[in-house]
Amino acid sequence: MTSSYLHAPGFIAGDRPKIVTSRFEYADSYKIDRFIATGGYQGLRSALSRPAQTVHDDVKSATVLGRGGAGFPAGVKWGLTPQEVWPRYLVVNGDESEPGTYKDRLLMERDPHQLIEGCLIACYAAGLSQCFLYIRGEMAVAQERVAEALNEAYEAGYVGKNILGTNFSVDIVLHWGAGAYVVGEETALIESLEGNRGMPRLKPPFFPAANGLYGQPTIVNNVETLANLPWLMTNGVDAYTAIGTKTSPGTRMVAVSGHVVRPGVYEIVNGTTTFRDLIYGQEFCGGIRNNNALKAFVPGGGSAPWFTSDQLDLPFEGSQVGAAGSMLGSGAIMVMDETTDIPAAALTLTRFYAHESCGKCTPCREGGTWLERILSRVVDGKGTDADLAQLIEVGESICPGDFPHASNEALGLTAVPFPYKMTTICFVGPSAYVPVHSALTLFRSEFEARITKRTMIKVTAVGVSS
Amino acid sequence: MSRLTDAHVALAKEIIGRYPRPKSALVPLLHLAQEQDGYITRDAMVHIGELVGVTSAEVYGTATFYEMFKFEPVGKYVVNICGTMSCALMGSEELMHHAEQRLGIKAGGTTPDGMFTLEHAECQAACTEAPCLQVNYRYRYRLTPADLDELIDDLSAERLTHEIPPHGTVAKVRQHIASHRGVGVVAPELVTESPAWLNGKAAL
Repeated sequence: MTSSYLHAPGFIAGDRPKIVTSRFEYADSYKIDRFIATGGYQGLRSALSRPAQTVHDDVKSATVLGRGGAGFPAGVKWGLTPQEVWPRYLVVNGDESEPGTYKDRLLMERDPHQLIEGCLIACYAAGLSQCFLYIRGEMAVAQERVAEALNEAYEAGYVGKNILGTNFSVDIVLHWGAGAYVVGEETALIESLEGNRGMPRLKPPFFPAANGLYGQPTIVNNVETLANLPWLMTNGVDAYTAIGTKTSPGTRMVAVSGHVVRPGVYEIVNGTTTFRDLIYGQEFCGGIRNNNALKAFVPGGGSAPWFTSDQLDLPFEGSQVGAAGSMLGSGAIMVMDETTDIPAAALTLTRFYAHESCGKCTPCREGGTWLERILSRVVDGKGTDADLAQLIEVGESICPGDFPHASNEALGLTAVPFPYKMTTICFVGPSAYVPVHSALTLFRSEFEARITKRTMIKVTAVGVSS
Repeated sequence: MSRLTDAHVALAKEIIGRYPRPKSALVPLLHLAQEQDGYITRDAMVHIGELVGVTSAEVYGTATFYEMFKFEPVGKYVVNICGTMSCALMGSEELMHHAEQRLGIKAGGTTPDGMFTLEHAECQAACTEAPCLQVNYRYRYRLTPADLDELIDDLSAERLTHEIPPHGTVAKVRQHIASHRGVGVVAPELVTESPAWLNGKAAL
């Protein structure tokens, strides 16, 4: 056994600004001694040396976008809590499980103290009195690293009662799940944290900021979002917004997987780095394996509509990617080269979402399963033309109206912008349809080639007399 | 069948004490039961219900939602092979096929000697290291069929026990909050005013 098994691999450093991965090069990056020796808990000191409101204002003016999927600015989210309702809670979403996504686990395994520091800054700034750090159940090492880091941080006086000798006191409670993708949705995460089946709640009335954990105002933030805060506090708003663009400042962690030469997790400059840079750039993935042609790529996790080479020059910027028919989501790019069996690839994602449906909304529970079964049949060569039409009909019952997709010059398609309309509470149902719709829109001939070539047998008589 | 041991009851009470509502501890306590017995027994669910103040039916209701909880014995090593897109693109189907042949069971099955349970898993957040798998939630990355054979040999010969505990144990390190350092629960019925540090002044 090598130690690489214990230390989440896959991160590829580069000569670029590092906001959240600055300690990844150290083998002991997860230890408090290394953390403090490399500027750790300085951001917390800087925050505590100013009134809480000014810290909140900084997070707002730095436009720290949520890194979980929706990309909502954290500072604005914190401000959505109703006045004078106490206590308020922080729930950290460490339930990373969107297909293709691999970054929060790295941040938890390799730099857990940075996350803890981020939680503390958020609690201080937004007046949150207790923090629950929810880690995905299957991430044993991440749970160990965060538990160990919390034990160290409590001991050293960074977490708990009277932090750094001040009147700021907050507990961070490590919580862990037990395997359910839907729990990554914030209201389902809260349900799960309350000890229930992790099914999403209706919004309204259950907007977490107003009515969340135990009915109290609750901020749910992603791991990477919080991991940005220590650097922001130490280096200031100007330094933060100097990286990236005005609408997408800072950096993002992006996992590029699939048929590239060098799959890996990269911390990239937000807003300016393009998909072409990421997939073909020598400092990133170095192109498609065996010099194969690019067939398609998923730009933002399994829930994101697919792009082709027509979209390679789009930058990592939410509004542009949205207008082009998809989303940046959770920073996950899955690359398919020319050898990819498109209907079968789509099935791996549809099967995922059908399997992960919690069963609360009928269009998702039934529709997801139908999509999986019909698509399976088509992939197995047993489908018919009617099945292709049926896939779309089922999809439209989950997402009525125009469904987002990318433009395609060769096919003469213009883009339909993100997002979609939906008949379900959360995005799991629509996500089962996303790969089906993208694949059928961009690669219909591959489905048609797959359907059975049965021809009508003319029956003239049921029986004949001798 | 087993209720939680005294040591686990003490641990359970410590965990329950961190939440404003005891029911929040349900999932962590179910993990504790699974760690003790390798799967969740009926008696454990009754006991957990008593500890958090809900019926055993509610415990069962929560427990059955989550994939990691098993309600009958499984192998000492549960091998979860990821089959979602990134892994599928890199040959996870072949890996699963090989595992089924090598272990002589289908996905979802357990070997007769009780050593291995094989499962088809969904995305494990290691997509750049595809194809990947977990054994009792410990990763192995970029596996070839030959790597898988070696892993199964090592597990069969109990050569990886220092890294991979038997099924049921997930994290080997637990959080402990010393009473003199902890704030204690902040429950809605106990707190109605804004926290002390929101007084318009710097805390430090």
